[in-house]
Amino acid sequence: MKLTVKDLNSFYGPAHILFDIALEVGEGEVVALLGRNGAGKSTTFRSIVGLVENRSGRVMFEGRDVSELPTHAIVRGGLGYVPEERRIFTDLTVEENLEVGRQPKRPGAPQWDRDKLFKLFPNLGEMRGRPGGRMSGGEQQMLTIARTLMGNPSLVLLDEPSEGLSPKIVEQMVDAILAMKKEGVSIVVSEQNLHFARLISDRAYIIERGRICFGGTMAELDARPDIRDAHLSL
Amino acid sequence: MAFYIVQFLTGLASAASLFLVASGLSIIFGVTRIVNFAHGAFYMLGAYVAFTLTERFSGAFGFWGGIVVAALIVAVIGVLVEMVLLRRIYHSPELFQLLATFGLTLMVEDLVVLIWGPDDLVGRRAPGFKGAIDFFGQNIPSYDLFLIVLGPVVLGVLWLLFQRTRWGVLVRAATQDRDMVAALGVNQKWLFTSVFALGVFLAALGGALQIPRDAVNHAMDLRVIVEVFVVVVIGGLGSIIGAFVAAVLVSELNAFGILIFPKISIILVFLVMAVVLIVRPWGLFGKPEAPARRTPGLTVNPWRPLTTNERLAALAALVVAAALPLVAGNYLLTVGSEIAIFVIFAVSLHFLMSVGGLASFGHAAYFGLGAYGVALLAKMAGLPMIACLLLGPLLGLMGAAVFGFFAVQLSGVYFAMLTLAFAQIVWSIAFQWVSVTGGDNGILGVWPEKWAASPSHFYWLSLGIAALAVVILRIIVFSPFGFALRATRDSPLRSEAVGIDGKRIQWTAFVIAGTVAGLAGALFAYLKGSVFPDNMGISLSVDALVMVLLGGVETVSGAVVGAIVYKALNIWLVSQTDWSKLVLGAFVVLIVVAFPKGIVGTLEALLYRRRKSSSSVSPLLTSRVESAE
Repeated sequence: MKLTVKDLNSFYGPAHILFDIALEVGEGEVVALLGRNGAGKSTTFRSIVGLVENRSGRVMFEGRDVSELPTHAIVRGGLGYVPEERRIFTDLTVEENLEVGRQPKRPGAPQWDRDKLFKLFPNLGEMRGRPGGRMSGGEQQMLTIARTLMGNPSLVLLDEPSEGLSPKIVEQMVDAILAMKKEGVSIVVSEQNLHFARLISDRAYIIERGRICFGGTMAELDARPDIRDAHLSL
Repeated sequence: MAFYIVQFLTGLASAASLFLVASGLSIIFGVTRIVNFAHGAFYMLGAYVAFTLTERFSGAFGFWGGIVVAALIVAVIGVLVEMVLLRRIYHSPELFQLLATFGLTLMVEDLVVLIWGPDDLVGRRAPGFKGAIDFFGQNIPSYDLFLIVLGPVVLGVLWLLFQRTRWGVLVRAATQDRDMVAALGVNQKWLFTSVFALGVFLAALGGALQIPRDAVNHAMDLRVIVEVFVVVVIGGLGSIIGAFVAAVLVSELNAFGILIFPKISIILVFLVMAVVLIVRPWGLFGKPEAPARRTPGLTVNPWRPLTTNERLAALAALVVAAALPLVAGNYLLTVGSEIAIFVIFAVSLHFLMSVGGLASFGHAAYFGLGAYGVALLAKMAGLPMIACLLLGPLLGLMGAAVFGFFAVQLSGVYFAMLTLAFAQIVWSIAFQWVSVTGGDNGILGVWPEKWAASPSHFYWLSLGIAALAVVILRIIVFSPFGFALRATRDSPLRSEAVGIDGKRIQWTAFVIAGTVAGLAGALFAYLKGSVFPDNMGISLSVDALVMVLLGGVETVSGAVVGAIVYKALNIWLVSQTDWSKLVLGAFVVLIVVAFPKGIVGTLEALLYRRRKSSSSVSPLLTSRVESAE
């Protein structure tokens, strides 16, 4: 397994947010984490990369327990994270944003550099010197993915990449994610949008109120319309 | 005309050091979000170490090498401080960070006296820049010209560093979003440490470069830090260009201000700062800050008025305190009066800090204004004591009304810096305006009238006023005004949305706190029989902060306990050691790191835990993730 999460519990102050989350991601797989607003998708990702301080449980990445490591060490080990709010450095140019994400090459992981990313996201190549703050939402979303890829991750956590984007940009996003998959990057993508998830994912988990309530292939999910209707707003 | 040009050039030369120190402070703040109050101390250390090195090693190489090596040595000290102290408090509320670095400053002040002695040290002239250049009959020291060139050069080097290197890109990214930088695999710990090292290096270099111009002494840290705060408030915290422009502006105002108001040139700088604050509260080149992080007082158990039993207990404690003259001698009664006065002072600051969420680092200004108010009324107008006690604090009220108006436009660290700068301005007026205030000699012979003159009578008077002040401030806390003030503290936006004029409420709180502090100062003048500029000095402001902290910031009246314990300890300590600042500074750092809840806060937490002990804490809560943020 590329990534195994077991018994993950997280807290914000006294509030218990995640309850015994368990996830598995295979080598080169694209796995969707589906759930409504506030179900705990982002907190799951933030907990995996160590951005939630108060958490317990095990996160095994490439056979190594990373749950005690600080965020930067987890990420440097090859576990990339693309946050929901994009969090572009608005004062920095496109190229500088990419520079922040750059990490040394990692044997065995897909390798990325600026030129390769500008081929994947041609829009970015046309605005290399533009400050992140003067880009559209879709462009920022591409930049934030490209920025994470600069770290040559072998697995990426993608938090709601389609949120707030126009249908045309969403299409580009689907192509980009499939291209990443083709390069050999394993991906966990959180989504509210089942149609989008269906286009890219091999398997799916459904999270509701901080608990995983379904896990299986997309076909298995389609065979259970009751689960789908109960936990996802369509 | 030539004279004015020379004056202008002198201003530019002074701006160089100021820019170095201010840019260092700005860089550190940008990434770590800590306003390093110890920055002046590093500046001073740079000067002292450079003095020793340049005396020890001769020749041009010894001089220039000594300057650079001194800055490097101090930078290493800065790294140690960052790793040992600051890393523990990056998560703490701003107030604690400010206090810890302030404690450090106090320690350094005593340490340099311990190592280099109390006297001014006059350093070597710079080899190659010993002479002066004749400019239409006016002399310009060539070293000044060197400094004038150096400022823009350093600005250029910093610009290249931040624009053209990976390190610079990472620092700029971290300035905007530290967590995201970590989430991209950058180890923030070392980024923070390297940024701190650079900032301290710049401060120390600024200090080291001053030795051919100025004598090295152990008060230069506070002088520079106040100017630097003014510079970053004008230029905008976090902006290097802003630091440069504002350093030039402030230095020129000083250079020409001295021609216009020879005695109180600092007023001109103050006026410019006031204008900038009104027009652009975040400084000329700064950006509006996101709302400050959590201030103390947000996660407390809801405050409640005392129960009947607790009231009776408080009353009993007061009766016991009032019985002191039956058993104690005159010395103890004088100490008792002083403690009562400091209870008044501490609760006034506590009101502003805990209830208002505004941590003032210059509260002594209003204490001192009250004291001077009494002294001036008693000595010049010859008013009776009661009238003086009633009218004297009005000077504190007026000071608080003027400065508070500007201060409440800001919040968080800006508020702290501004209040400190105001207090220093008041202090320097008292110090420089000799014809009215007597300057360093103060005003002597302010004695109470007969009815209050005996130690026991004065003690009862102080105790009575202290009890009254505590009760009144508590009533205000639980009045509609208090609710509005606390609402503004907890959420400025939400309170505004329900129709509360936050700034006005905070301004009123500032004036109340200043007036009560003035009352304490008025009593203090009668207790000591004299007034000195030190009655409004920085160390008194820090004393008050420590009292509040020791009692517990998140309590309603913890400051009462904090003031009693601290003042008693302090009086004892001063009688025991000459190095009280060293001990006090270490004490402050210790409280912040090890004991941030204070005495009353800790007791409350213990009681709370005992009450809840049946429901055990989940073991899941224990695992903690390490990060440098």
